[in-house]
Amino acid sequence: MASLKIPASVPSPAEDSEQLRKAFAVLFVRTRGSNGEFLMSIGRNGNDHHLIFAGWGTNEALVIKVLVHRNAEQRKLIRETYAATFGKDLLKDLEREVSGDFERALLLWTLCPAERDALLVNEATKMLTASNWIIMEIACTRSSHDLFMVRQAYHSRYKRSIEEDVAYHTTGDFRKLLVPLVSSFRYEGDEVNMTLAKSEAKILHEKISDKAYNDEELIRILSTRSKSQLNATLNHYNNQFGNSINKDLKTDPTNEYLTFLRRIIKCLTCPEKYFEKVLRYVIKGLGTDERALTRVVTTRAEVDMERIKEEYQRRNSVPLDRAIAGDTSGDYEKVLLALIGHGDA
Amino acid sequence: ISIYELELESNVAGLGIEESSLISILGKWHPEQKQSFRKGTRDFFTEDDRLFERWDERHIAQLQHEFLRFKNAMVLWTMHPWERDARLAKEALRKGQQAYGVLVEIACTRSSEELLGARRAYHSLFDHSIEEDVAVHVPGIERNLLVALVSSYRYEGPRVHEETARSEAKILHNAFKASDKKKPIEDEEVVRILTTRSKLHIKAISTHYKEFSSSDITEDLDTGFLLKQTLQCLYTPETYFSTVLDSALKDGADETTRETLTRVIVTEANNVDMKAIKEEYHQKYGVDLSEKINGVANGNYRDFLLTLVARGG
Repeated sequence: MASLKIPASVPSPAEDSEQLRKAFAVLFVRTRGSNGEFLMSIGRNGNDHHLIFAGWGTNEALVIKVLVHRNAEQRKLIRETYAATFGKDLLKDLEREVSGDFERALLLWTLCPAERDALLVNEATKMLTASNWIIMEIACTRSSHDLFMVRQAYHSRYKRSIEEDVAYHTTGDFRKLLVPLVSSFRYEGDEVNMTLAKSEAKILHEKISDKAYNDEELIRILSTRSKSQLNATLNHYNNQFGNSINKDLKTDPTNEYLTFLRRIIKCLTCPEKYFEKVLRYVIKGLGTDERALTRVVTTRAEVDMERIKEEYQRRNSVPLDRAIAGDTSGDYEKVLLALIGHGDA
Repeated sequence: ISIYELELESNVAGLGIEESSLISILGKWHPEQKQSFRKGTRDFFTEDDRLFERWDERHIAQLQHEFLRFKNAMVLWTMHPWERDARLAKEALRKGQQAYGVLVEIACTRSSEELLGARRAYHSLFDHSIEEDVAVHVPGIERNLLVALVSSYRYEGPRVHEETARSEAKILHNAFKASDKKKPIEDEEVVRILTTRSKLHIKAISTHYKEFSSSDITEDLDTGFLLKQTLQCLYTPETYFSTVLDSALKDGADETTRETLTRVIVTEANNVDMKAIKEEYHQKYGVDLSEKINGVANGNYRDFLLTLVARGG
């Protein structure tokens, strides 16, 4: 369930664009007075002193107010109206006027989900090895339909296919898994074949016992079967062999590839638990991926953030908003909290 | 009577049935003529020990194929292209290795959107994804190639990075030259390039390939039928289709090969490609495609095919 909160009566895209423009317009005109103090001109509310004392906070709050409490369709309309009315790209204006983690959160949020995922994957292909996780996360936690929209958005934005970039920038066993994962178009129905579940659980168990972790059959099962079928297979695995598959894959905690396999399985079968763990590590400072917090919040706010929050509370005995508030500050904190549903629309 | 024998034989040897002539001839036969036909054509009828001439089963099966050609063509033609491709793929998987070429054909000659449509239809029709079925049915090294091909969603825009195309041409050249030590289909880079790069990029690679080799890229790739077909379908689909059509129209082709005639004509009739295919066919075999079909096919089936071929302009 999404944590996104939208006001009961939503202003029109034209009104929203106007508000955003106002928020930026004040930021544009920053001049220093004769005494070196910042002056806000244009007499927006006729009271320059008030604005000086208020500082920048007012304006960021306005930006958050307009953008954060709108769904993907509404944000798209705002971007279009903004461009039509002011002849400017909202995203470029955002980039120019805000900075740091706050900027990135707003930027990612404003994009529609398919473009956002395409951007994240493209970034990931250019980074070093830590980025394999991001590509995997997107490939495994999106629905077949959404993953396909990402592939289309990738064509438009980068003039290449997602699979050619992922293939080109990855090697070895990681490539063997990532390319099929990113190209999959899994059957999304509930039809499950229990005989198949039994036989494929057996195959998985064999390969794992033989430590043949990059075996073709193992990769085939993980990268092509539908999520319901995989669930059935893994349940059967647990019933039949006594351990969950992830437990059996924990034989060597330093092996990156094994960790990769376990995460894939987690993403495919219980994404909320996967995301809870990512958040937990980031907040505790154990993860190396600081931008993970922004990524998880902006990509899940419209999908299943409520479930992730429940999972977080259950696992850490602390509500997620309190944990985030403790770990972040300023406008960045405000936008994250608003996205996870803290406070009102 | 021998005239009728020839008539029936030519009907069986060719593709499809000359319905009108059969009606006019057979419709007039008296019982004695039918009897002497049965006694005279040893091929179609055998003397049974209970003293009657029975139809040979194989020939009935053959006739059945011929009579059904028109129906199959019509059904395939009116089917939604996505359903058609999904069903063709499923059928290919059922037939096994000899039919894998169909998977390559579908994956490489359709546009990215058409291939996606086929994948959607596959979900509806068979409650599985196409890639999981391909993965399960295709063993060994060919699995990687085929799964990757049916999962591709190639970029279709105009932008090509020439430097990358050149370096990838070199990679392919080295891999093809070393084919006696390592089969190109086992080379990950070869598979990566052919299964993910856009068609324009592959054309660019073929152009750059000439810097490294005096022969054309498809000539250098000798071993591995599937890989060669992949390259042909991506780079020169007209050549691929002409070759397939020629095999289908040859004398003595088996039933599977003969069926490809319907598949190719029905699939390509709407495409811009049909014109290119006709030109290529003419150039390669010195004969007009329509003329050849006219000579080899019969009846309604022939007329239907000729109409479809003529649409391409």
